[in-house]
Amino acid sequence: MRRRDFLKTMGVASSAAVIPFLKFLPAEAAGRDDTLVVVSGNGPNSMDIQRKGTNRPSYQIAVNLYDRLVGYSTKTLANGTLMYDYSKLEPEAAESWVVSPDGMTITFKMRKGATFWDGAPITAYDVKWSFDRAVSLGGFPTVQMKAGSLEKPEQFEALDADTFVIKLTRPDKMTLPDLGVPVPIIFNSELAKKHATADDPWATEYLHRTPAGSGAFMLERWDPGQQVVYKRFEGWKNGELPGISRVIIREIPSASTRRALLEKGDADVSLEMPPKDFAELNASGKYTITGVPIENSMISIGLNLNFEPFANKLVRQAIAYSVPYDQIFKQAAFERGIPLWGGKSLTPATIEWPQPFPYNTDYDKAKALLTEAGYEQGFEVPLSFNLGLAQWSEPMCLLLQESLEKVGIKATIEKIPGANWRTAALVEKKLPMHIKDFGGWLNYPDYYSFWVYQKDRLFNSMNYSNPEVEKITDATLKMEVSDPQYEPNIKKLLSIFFEDVPLIPVYQPYLDVAMQKNITGYQYYAHRQLDCRSFNKASV
Amino acid sequence: MKRNDKLRIIFGRLTQAIPSIIGIIIVTFILTRALPGDPAVYFAGPAATEKSIQEIRTSLGLDKSMLEQFWIYASNLASGDLGVSVSTGLSVKEELIRRLPASLELTFLALLFSIGVALPLGIAAATRPNSWVDQLCRIVVTAGVSLPVFFTGLFMVYLFYYILGIAPAPLGRLDIIYLSPPSVTGFYTIDALLDGDIETFGAALSQMILPAITLGIFTLAPLARMTRGAMLQVLSSDFIRTARASGLKRSTVLYTYAFRNALLPILTTLGMVFSFMLGSNVLVEKVFAWPGIGSFAIEALIVSDYAAVQGFVLAMAILYVLLNLTIDIIYTLVDPRVGLES
Repeated sequence: MRRRDFLKTMGVASSAAVIPFLKFLPAEAAGRDDTLVVVSGNGPNSMDIQRKGTNRPSYQIAVNLYDRLVGYSTKTLANGTLMYDYSKLEPEAAESWVVSPDGMTITFKMRKGATFWDGAPITAYDVKWSFDRAVSLGGFPTVQMKAGSLEKPEQFEALDADTFVIKLTRPDKMTLPDLGVPVPIIFNSELAKKHATADDPWATEYLHRTPAGSGAFMLERWDPGQQVVYKRFEGWKNGELPGISRVIIREIPSASTRRALLEKGDADVSLEMPPKDFAELNASGKYTITGVPIENSMISIGLNLNFEPFANKLVRQAIAYSVPYDQIFKQAAFERGIPLWGGKSLTPATIEWPQPFPYNTDYDKAKALLTEAGYEQGFEVPLSFNLGLAQWSEPMCLLLQESLEKVGIKATIEKIPGANWRTAALVEKKLPMHIKDFGGWLNYPDYYSFWVYQKDRLFNSMNYSNPEVEKITDATLKMEVSDPQYEPNIKKLLSIFFEDVPLIPVYQPYLDVAMQKNITGYQYYAHRQLDCRSFNKASV
Repeated sequence: MKRNDKLRIIFGRLTQAIPSIIGIIIVTFILTRALPGDPAVYFAGPAATEKSIQEIRTSLGLDKSMLEQFWIYASNLASGDLGVSVSTGLSVKEELIRRLPASLELTFLALLFSIGVALPLGIAAATRPNSWVDQLCRIVVTAGVSLPVFFTGLFMVYLFYYILGIAPAPLGRLDIIYLSPPSVTGFYTIDALLDGDIETFGAALSQMILPAITLGIFTLAPLARMTRGAMLQVLSSDFIRTARASGLKRSTVLYTYAFRNALLPILTTLGMVFSFMLGSNVLVEKVFAWPGIGSFAIEALIVSDYAAVQGFVLAMAILYVLLNLTIDIIYTLVDPRVGLES
């Protein structure tokens, strides 16, 4: 596309502002009031979140370019940061919804007058097609839909253009929140169907490159591996029109370069920098650094029960007493997180999650426990981390290695490259001692347990199994939080986590974002990508 | 040598390359499969289950036998289909067409810079051994090899962009306000000129200067050293003494007789340096956000993206064959004694 043509397509409303734009120097162009320049380490590899192999940065496409039936409302944290609140849903493409008294049917009314980018109305038939697609494609979208008990096309029905019905096989507290995650997006089904073929009934090839949605932003450009550019969809009806009219997201692989771009004012928002950079930028006071604790996420140390000494609970507790928590938190995490150690008692007082485990650094206790377990001579153990996360996990491992030596355990550090990590840690589950960073999208301890503590789960890299954990998790997973059985059950579950410690939590990490002072409205989402709809930029 | 002979020889060379390319195809295929790490697990995404991993494996065709997979790969290759890179979501051919010119453009400019510095420096050092020029040459060579590329790159960014503010923001091939010129060659500078767009040409060129110098500093070391060494050797030979004794002009002795004879080893080094630069400038690409071939290959390797790795190696192999051929031909032009048959 030529620059002149490109400018023509930018719309009449903004054309007055466009003329001086070209004459501006690059640095000033970034400072334009209605353009947001974001620099990020990784970019999307697909426009379709439901495609196989779609990477995490692509989740932002689903949020910014597509609408869901419902969205999450916003809550303000103690430090003034905005964060999504999945416990309170807000209408998006659906105007309202009703849950039947038995909890088995949910009926949605579609919003009147809302359209896709091409002007076609968003109907219940589009939702039906899109949900059928999500549960039929297999892989990630299907698994995520299943987390909300949405499993097969027969569960979805479009009564007429305005009414969409979900029939459940069992009441599930996750169903409605699960409709607000990035996966169940609504495609322009008529447009998509035109590009479907017999081999490709869900138009995956077309939607992979060409978004067909109704979201607050439209795709202006996608240069894979380089940049994505959004422009505002002026006809968006499913929420408040965004304050920013263009968003340019550039892929800058080097974190140091990203920091330089932010400090020079060429970028408005910088993502994915090491904790050290965020800590320093924060101390400088010249930028807005927003750190939100990543929900349901813990940086922790996994102990594999297949490794002989770790099969003994006392040894696991001994390790939990030999972790140099404070040092790791200060020197590896640069305090960009919330401590998860030093809890008061083995019986949890609340069902808050994540919460501090009742351990602290106490070498004498650790030695006593090791002696009791018959390991007073210590043992050797490989300690592994994912090379892709070396920025904080390498110093963490070094500190851990040093302290383990004090109780007679000799740890040898093994660096494992990213792709092998999943195979070694999650599939083969063969790493005796390793650093974990799992986080679940929906913030319930039972949901975390479902992914991490239950037997044979993918993220149960500890090979942990406990019949009671199985029982409680299965029972609480579908239970409403208000159910009187919920709290006692969860407390029991947490006390088992505390006592058995197959997983030693160290801290709950922050998701940090660095912004220029004139940028407001940043909102944290569980998918850890930018929601550009809420941003505002003040003139400098 | 007649023109026809030359063409015949070039053709002969190309046919000779076919077995090696077939060999490379087979070896890369086997090597990628031998990589640790399971692409199906990786691409199944964060919330994978055993079933969804299996589905991915089937859709990637990894559940078939090795022989069957190779047959599919080879027959696709025969029809010009390099497969789809799972990690970037695009066809490998598309990726190569987009990224190879980016790397080539940068490499050419870097090479130009390093030839421009290394040759005069090497010649000057050789004509005045142990003078200050020779010492300078030594310092440059030592610094060039010993400074890691990412350090030079970051230092350049820090100095020229962050402190002095004279270099453009290291945002890749073009700054945010420019759009890529209509693609003809894939070289932004050339495409911009073809389009008659001087402004974009300038923007594209200015984005290249820092990364090209960074790359160039690293590669001028072997070039300067080779130039100096070859020149020293030639300058001490009999025919130069004779030429001097015959009272030929200093410049004639130096350039017509000495330099031309010293050019062969320099050319060889140049070929090596060029191919090395193309594939291994990953760190420069990272620091300057350059969408080149090196970082693509590394990413693909890390996630065991088979099609992408195979496509990259194949493209590089073909490039090497062409490069060697070009250098051989230049040899014959420089030194008629070198026959292509040998």
